[in-house]
Amino acid sequence: MTVAQFIKAFTLWEFLKAHALTLKYFFKPKATINYPYEKNPLSPRFRGEHALRRYPNGEERCIACKLCEAVCPAQAITIEAEPRDDGSRRTTRYDIDMTKCIFCGFCQEACPVDAIVEGPNFEYATETREELLYDKAKLLANGDKWERAIAANLEADAPYR
Amino acid sequence: MPTVKVDGQEIEVPAGATVLQACELAGKEIPRFCYHERLSIAGNCRMCLVEVKPGPPKPQASCALPATDGQEIRTDSEMVKKAREGVMEFLLINHPLDCPICDQGGECDLQDQSVAYGRGGSRYDENKRAVTEKYMGPLIKTTMTRCIHCTRCVRFSEEIAGVDEIGALYRGENMQITTYLEHAVKHELSANVIDLCPVGALTSRPYAFEARPWELKKTLGIDVMDALGANIRIDSRGREVMRALPRLNDDVNEEWLADKSRYAVDGLTRRRLDKVWIRQTSGENRGKLEAATWDDAFKKIKAAKPGKDIAAVYGDLLDCETMFAAKALLGAMGSTLIEGRQSGMTYDTSNLAAVNFNTTLAGIENADAVLIVGSQIRHEAPLLNVRLRKAVKRGAKVFVVGPEWETTYPATFLGNDLGVLNSLSSDVTDAMSKAERPAIILGGAALGRGALGKALALAGEWNVVREGWNGFNSLHFSASRMGGLMLGLAQAGGMADLIAAKPKVLLALGSDEVDFTKFPDTLKVFIGHHGDKGAHAADVILPAAAYTEKSGTYVNIEGRVQRSEKAVFAPGDAREDWTILRALADALGVTVGFDTFEQLRAAMFADTPALANEGLADFGMALPAGGGDASGEIAAYPVADYYLTNAICRASPTMQRCSAELLHGQDFAEAAE
Repeated sequence: MTVAQFIKAFTLWEFLKAHALTLKYFFKPKATINYPYEKNPLSPRFRGEHALRRYPNGEERCIACKLCEAVCPAQAITIEAEPRDDGSRRTTRYDIDMTKCIFCGFCQEACPVDAIVEGPNFEYATETREELLYDKAKLLANGDKWERAIAANLEADAPYR
Repeated sequence: MPTVKVDGQEIEVPAGATVLQACELAGKEIPRFCYHERLSIAGNCRMCLVEVKPGPPKPQASCALPATDGQEIRTDSEMVKKAREGVMEFLLINHPLDCPICDQGGECDLQDQSVAYGRGGSRYDENKRAVTEKYMGPLIKTTMTRCIHCTRCVRFSEEIAGVDEIGALYRGENMQITTYLEHAVKHELSANVIDLCPVGALTSRPYAFEARPWELKKTLGIDVMDALGANIRIDSRGREVMRALPRLNDDVNEEWLADKSRYAVDGLTRRRLDKVWIRQTSGENRGKLEAATWDDAFKKIKAAKPGKDIAAVYGDLLDCETMFAAKALLGAMGSTLIEGRQSGMTYDTSNLAAVNFNTTLAGIENADAVLIVGSQIRHEAPLLNVRLRKAVKRGAKVFVVGPEWETTYPATFLGNDLGVLNSLSSDVTDAMSKAERPAIILGGAALGRGALGKALALAGEWNVVREGWNGFNSLHFSASRMGGLMLGLAQAGGMADLIAAKPKVLLALGSDEVDFTKFPDTLKVFIGHHGDKGAHAADVILPAAAYTEKSGTYVNIEGRVQRSEKAVFAPGDAREDWTILRALADALGVTVGFDTFEQLRAAMFADTPALANEGLADFGMALPAGGGDASGEIAAYPVADYYLTNAICRASPTMQRCSAELLHGQDFAEAAE
């Protein structure tokens, strides 16, 4: 043991140094947030929970072209379609298995009418697995609920597309 | 044989070939919309432009340009590329680009070719043309804004179908394809225009928005709606058959398919038997059918103690394997009472050449005089009618004995009474005896009335069997008929023999046209797939598989052995027919000699070696002598309603609507959307 080491040990130098570090971070701004009362900002491109959008007049956007179903790498989307009473092409079934989904965002890229989108919501944990098998009603309800945020995100991202 | 140079490659082409065909022979792909191998050349889409020297210094439409000696053709030059891009841009000017809602999306020529040969974008800012929808009947859905005016549909109706139903109005950009006064298209091949349409202007109405081509599993099948054995591709998704499309086979159906074969598939999911049912003989539900188990059903059949008093009658849609399994089961029980001519027709089946379509479907095109006896060809075999029309276009004369029907070619009707065969006018006898390739076609209305002997005598008189030509034809309309006859499943007296034998058990294998009241004390076991007439009369119902749900061998009218593959599984408790018969053999305590489908096939091939080889079976050229006089009036043809001939069609809403609208004139016309 050298003299320097002896002095450091005797004056509790490491102890003081560690406390100084702690004190330094005590006065620095916090890196953590108080979730769920505080939340981080999200990019407009954030790919969260899916939603099916509507036109402003209330008409559903989805035209059952099945491109999202075709492009989905996880095969999480199932669509069935038939002519609606007015002759237009609509889905009778639009299911997304959220347990299969890998949130790649290909579905929203493929959609020619911006109907299926991945919205900013990521807080949809459920108690049972079955609740994660989304059907058309759930997705449309999501769309209605998140439309304002989704529209703002799409607009913010539009210049880069 | 002219020699041309395609992209520097010298190639010899047949005389009369076009530049487009020359390029194809050289292995070059030429984009096209209006050109079609089986239709006349129109040259109006301009997509097939190539550079040809010698000639004017501009690209030329290769489909309409004859290939001549010494031509130098370029398909890869800058000029050709630019020309194609230009044509594609013009075609897309008025095309709505609504691919996401178009049913053609994924199998669209315009989509594919604009990716391969078009420019990336359009420079067109003006308004696009819009065209009102045209009503074309229950099968064809129109979106005429998408039309690119290739006129394939018009040419098909005129040239192949032989009815002037579709035509074009106005000219230039204002041209519109329509039916006369927007009447429904009524002929039996109408839906082929859907396949021909290179864009989504004409799409399938029953299949509208149902599925995308990339979702479908494709299975090679054989059609059973008529006896022609048209080659089909069965497109299925999950457990449901979505559609049937024709496959290319020049010997059978070319590339056409009759509407019934195409659209009856939606009957496969309706009115299906998917449970075992037993008719109660006592208790409060006496006379009613109640769901039961397979064991109960087999016990009930065993309780009838059939011994060798067992008979079977097979329906129109059966495959050879099922019929052979029934033959083996009855054989093990000691019975040979199997019959398939459900309506009670009888004719001599000892020589199969006399009941075969010997000329072959492709061969009948070369006939130069045809006598049709008792057949409404358009309803019994629509694709044969196409062949006959080709023969007439080449100069054949056609005579018909039987009630008048609307032919699609000039034909002389000789009267309803079969007696006219005994004293044919000199026009007919002259035409037939002087013809180089005369043909007689004997239809279902005549076969059952003893006209076979007279027709054979006429065949001998006119010498219709000669070097390289056999002009004697019987025309059946049941897909199972030739297969059943090859397996030897026919009684001399027809159904009357079965009725006279008073069997204890009658196995009805998908037979819906039998008069079951003639078997009052018989336990009637229906093994079939649809709850139709046969199931209503049955005491025990065993659910079986339809033609798309089992692999099978089918023999068409010309004796062509073809195999069909299983596309989907049968619904519910339904099983493949042969497994039911195999289990029934166990229940009755007999051995049939096969446990697997392979063993069944091997046993069938050992029994009837001709079924082992796909292709035409050889029945020889020798016809029996025949003789006797024919008599009796043909009041009506056996196919009363073209769209409702079997249990599958009767269960199909599309076919019911076709029958109501196209045959019985009910008005469903929808306002243009």
